Amino acid sequence: MAKIHVTTTINGEPTEFLCEPQQTLLDVLRDELRLTGSKEGCGTGDCGACSVTFDGRLICSCLALGAEAEGHEIETIEGMAEGENLHPLQQKFLEHAALQCGVCTPGILIAAKALLEKNPDPSESEVRYWLAGNLCRCTGYDKIIRAVLECAADMRGA
Amino acid sequence: MNALTYASPGSVDEAVKLLAAADGNARLLAGGTDLLVQLRLGMIEPSLIIDVKNISEMTAIKEENGGFRIGASISGAALGEHAGMQRAWPGVVEAVALIGSTQIQGRATMGGNLCNASPAADAVPAMIAADALCTIAGPDGRREARVEEIVTGPGETSLEAFEMVVDFFFPARPARSGDAYLRFIPRTEMDIAVVGAGVSLTLDEAGVCTAARMALGAVAATQLVVEDAAKALIGSTLDGAAMEKLDSAARAACRPIDDKRGTIEHRTKVAGVLARRAAAIAKQRAEG
Amino acid sequence: MASENQELKWIGTSPVRPDGTDKVTGRAKFGADLMLPGMLTGKILRSPHAHAKIKSIDTSKAEALPGVKAVVSAADIAEMPSEWVPAGELQLNYRDLASNIMARGKALYDGHAVAAVAATSAAIADAALDLIAVDYEVLPHVIDVEEAMAPDAPVLHEDMFTEGVTPTPDKPSNIFKEIDIGIGDVETGFAAADLIVERSFKTAPVHQGYIEPHAAVASFAEDGQAELWCSTQGHFTARAYCAKLLGMDVSDLRVTASEIGGGFGGKTTVYVEPVALLLSRKAGRPVRVVMTRDEVFRASGPTSGAANWVKIGVTNDGKIVAGEAVLKYQAGAFPGSPVQPGCMCAFAPYDIENVKVKGYDVVTNRPKVAAYRAPGAPIAEHAVESVLDEVAKKLGMDPIELRQKNAAREGTNAAYGPKFGPIGYAETLAAAKAHPHYSAPLGPNQGRGVASGFWFNVGGDSCATMNVSEDGTLVLATGSPDIGGSRASMAIMAAETLGIDVADVRPIVADTASLGYTFLTGGSRVTFATGMAVIEASKQIAEELRQRAAKIWDISVDAVVWEDGYAKPAGANAGDFEPLSIGDIAAQAGKTGGPISANAALNAQGAGPGFGTHICDVEVDPETGRVTVLRYTAIQDCGKAIHKAYVEGQIQGGAAQGIGWALNEEYIYDEKGRLDNPGFLDYRIPVASDLPMIEAVIVEVANPTHPYGVRGVGEVPIIPPMATVANAIEGAIGVRMTELPMSPPKVLAALDNGR
Ligand SMILES: Cc1cc2nc3c(=O)[nH]c(=O)nc-3n(C[C@H](O)[C@H](O)[C@H](O)COP(=O)(O)OP(=O)(O)OC[C@H]3O[C@@H](n4cnc5c(N)ncnc54)[C@H](O)[C@@H]3O)c2cc1C
Ligand code: FES
Ligand code: FES
Repeated sequence: MAKIHVTTTINGEPTEFLCEPQQTLLDVLRDELRLTGSKEGCGTGDCGACSVTFDGRLICSCLALGAEAEGHEIETIEGMAEGENLHPLQQKFLEHAALQCGVCTPGILIAAKALLEKNPDPSESEVRYWLAGNLCRCTGYDKIIRAVLECAADMRGA
Repeated sequence: MNALTYASPGSVDEAVKLLAAADGNARLLAGGTDLLVQLRLGMIEPSLIIDVKNISEMTAIKEENGGFRIGASISGAALGEHAGMQRAWPGVVEAVALIGSTQIQGRATMGGNLCNASPAADAVPAMIAADALCTIAGPDGRREARVEEIVTGPGETSLEAFEMVVDFFFPARPARSGDAYLRFIPRTEMDIAVVGAGVSLTLDEAGVCTAARMALGAVAATQLVVEDAAKALIGSTLDGAAMEKLDSAARAACRPIDDKRGTIEHRTKVAGVLARRAAAIAKQRAEG
Repeated sequence: MASENQELKWIGTSPVRPDGTDKVTGRAKFGADLMLPGMLTGKILRSPHAHAKIKSIDTSKAEALPGVKAVVSAADIAEMPSEWVPAGELQLNYRDLASNIMARGKALYDGHAVAAVAATSAAIADAALDLIAVDYEVLPHVIDVEEAMAPDAPVLHEDMFTEGVTPTPDKPSNIFKEIDIGIGDVETGFAAADLIVERSFKTAPVHQGYIEPHAAVASFAEDGQAELWCSTQGHFTARAYCAKLLGMDVSDLRVTASEIGGGFGGKTTVYVEPVALLLSRKAGRPVRVVMTRDEVFRASGPTSGAANWVKIGVTNDGKIVAGEAVLKYQAGAFPGSPVQPGCMCAFAPYDIENVKVKGYDVVTNRPKVAAYRAPGAPIAEHAVESVLDEVAKKLGMDPIELRQKNAAREGTNAAYGPKFGPIGYAETLAAAKAHPHYSAPLGPNQGRGVASGFWFNVGGDSCATMNVSEDGTLVLATGSPDIGGSRASMAIMAAETLGIDVADVRPIVADTASLGYTFLTGGSRVTFATGMAVIEASKQIAEELRQRAAKIWDISVDAVVWEDGYAKPAGANAGDFEPLSIGDIAAQAGKTGGPISANAALNAQGAGPGFGTHICDVEVDPETGRVTVLRYTAIQDCGKAIHKAYVEGQIQGGAAQGIGWALNEEYIYDEKGRLDNPGFLDYRIPVASDLPMIEAVIVEVANPTHPYGVRGVGEVPIIPPMATVANAIEGAIGVRMTELPMSPPKVLAALDNGR
């Protein structure tokens, strides 16, 4: 099987990798680049645990091929904090206990960040619908939604 | 093991050539939200995947003669951001927006939704109600077809060998026109339609319906164009009696199945309900 | 030292969890995140048939495929005698566990593991699975519990003769066991009743739905010692099961619990762990096995579906005089449904003189059930709480008042045996009644329901080790995998007990070689039982610190007290010394006797029973049957909330799972007995937009056996929702739904037929 050589940008870093044609972007991130922060909860687009942004758009990395990354910009959870500084959403999730087991958390943070970049003042219902593709089985979503809303308010104030 | 390869052509011609060269073992990859699931589940074993997202004419939205030409590989998210389409065809835009989650929206396309040929595809009834056209490219050049003619059965289309959809055309609308799409799912998101109903209509100045199209999804092997439903609306002001007629016409058209997503009884009833509700929204939009 | 009477500094607050940063940055390592040099990918071949004899398995072609390093099947596991051992709140039989890991002789459900391979890549492993030839003889199958009980049903196990009946039947059947519990005489009770309501109910099997699939990495050394990394609720129990299945000495297997992406009971047993070990032993290389989501649904344990019947008799003034129930739970392919706890819980919240409950444990061609939050209780209590609602309506009595009239209290004899100690059921009912939600106005097509739930909670074996570092900070090791923030609670209890800053305690989850046996995270036991070990270890440390201070000051130990994180002279007579902090003492540890360390090992008894009462408002679309949950309030007696936010989180999460169980979740089988919805798209767990905020109200009636009054929290909240939602739907549409899930087709049909 001929491997494909891909040149891309991941979390702002120029990155090259080799992948098999059927390998998904998630497979590449996890198995080739060892960026295991993106999780596989289903592999079929249903849970959002693998969420990344692709040229700024939120997608499921399990539903993109690694080969598709050529020439594009990918952001993963590993790129969310800036150096020692957590992103305000990361900080808010900690303060609000918006995670229990934490396996959904990377995907939800990536998704929430994409939301706030597009809509800095979302309503509760907008947050809920935006995050509907990110399953969380532990929290009942309550604290997650509150954390996102409060973070949005803080960021608007700042 | 399948020796899969990946190609990312820059033009439709090139894509068609690749399709033809692979002799039936190639699959087009648009958003991949159907294709990659099928690949993972072992439902398909292509030897070539042709990514059609790097073909510029397939990822563009253009205004043309008062209508809109929309590339078949435009993501739902990108379409949703287009103000012109939102204004002219809110029903189509909302149908596409219903496909999957925000993440799925980042990838899923109208072309994929149509060509995957699921009876439950959300964009399709709305496109049929809109009487959208599509451009099809193949080894013998290009042709135009009505979207209504494409899906012929679950997973089956009228596309000929090595043909592909390039774009969709939504014609200019007369004044006082509106469209709407509603679907029923058990949850609020992340479900496949149990029933879908698209309505597009035009009113005269007195509020009488002069033209209407109505399509149902997920209640038969393909989307259904319900002529009797349109007839029930045309000539009426969408009063109670007309809505009742619409409701029965929609129900009468249904040929659903019992499956994990719904029952015959429930689907049939809800088809009538959604037809009415969608028509009411379309009317409101037509009234402006 | 702090006690429950003293003012508390940390308990009841919500500090940021010590493992939090790793979890918001993607650094935390879950089951599938470990990669070892030379690691192989393991994959499992599964039966496509619901019930089939395995005539032969030919693995030769797979073995010959380049890149394949090992192939295993049931032949690689020694046959086990039937032997029941405790597993969480349920029992587990080693013979059945072995046959569940790898089908022996027969495949008993769609998805039953038949063989496994380890190869150098996932693609090669997949190809190898395709090359394994299994010759099946397909047998008739049975999915429904009542059909499985019919005399002419296909029999799963030819050697199963119903237990619990005399004489033992001479024909095998699918009924593994009959259970009878009760007190008093229900005939007399019903004779005294003014009103009797009885109904039959059905509940669907539902999956725990943890987002992280089962995952394990095994690495065997040539000398027979092995390491296992896995996503589990109990690495000590996983070690016990795996060692048994592989015929290893327990101490030769070192198990590390990865971070765990949810369990809810479903990760209290083993599936891929022994397979990874078998493959690694054969291949001589590390092997990782990760389930796909499809495998999780098809082959890991949901909880039982059931067919239940409940009858309740009351007097006109609302006193329950008799309660009777018949509970038929399907166990999946092997015996061991949670029908026993179901029988015990059914009427437990109420003080009833006459109770009779009969239970059946029935095998069917489905995956073997696993524990799921309060196993068995939600299924039984759904029926009882639904009938109670009907009783209240027929009596014209407020449903909370009816419950208050009959609520179990301290001193009540529970139908399942014991006399209750201090319990907080009545307190949750009073809080529900007083809550503004209960009296808020409702709109058209809206209804409000209330229902309650009871769960025992458990204690059991736990260890804690505490080491004081040179700078006076502490490392606290326990053996309880942390699924929902328990490390934070452990740190809080240690800090409270020692009077130090919670940030000075670094709690970790230690592997099986580093700590004594600790029973699994389940039964709502960790904060209670492991918490007791932590408190015990903290007390030992405080005691040691006193001794060290006494040495430094050269006075008698009796003259030193440990107070607010400092060693202080006990009084003026003891001498005039500056208080010594833990850091001061740690700095001189070498001179005063060496490292300061404590280890507590205990078997915690006296878990406090938990009660909850939920209120829910729904709106029903009368034209489509869709039910929208508008408002939800969950009230629970937690004894004492250690970390307030994580207690609320447990309540909210449990309620959300219950709402899913109530409205949409179910296993759907096709006519061949194949699971038709093994994915999140069609197995419909609640998404964010399906739910409102869930208000968690904590009531605290201290459990006297725990130093801070802790009761378990995690399980009770999944019990009330099914009846709460059903009662709310009844309020909205006037029709009683008796079958779960109450999905739109069923609600619409009920509306059309019921009115
Ligand atoms: C989690 C999830 C939720 C979903 N929810 C919904 C939903 O709510 N409603 C809904 O309708 N669907 C849903 N889907 C299905 C899917 O997202 C849609 O059908 C989507 O529109 C497919 O578009 P795509 O671009 O991703 O198609 P792809 O997967 O790229 O392609 C689909 C098929 O069409 C073919 N194809 C693609 N482009 C062309 C072309 N230009 N010419 C000819 N053939 C072409 C492909 O070869 C393939 O066979 C969901 C899927 C997932 C994973
Ligand atoms: S793993 Fe990609 S959506 Fe679940
Ligand atoms: S915190 Fe466990 S799935 Fe969200």
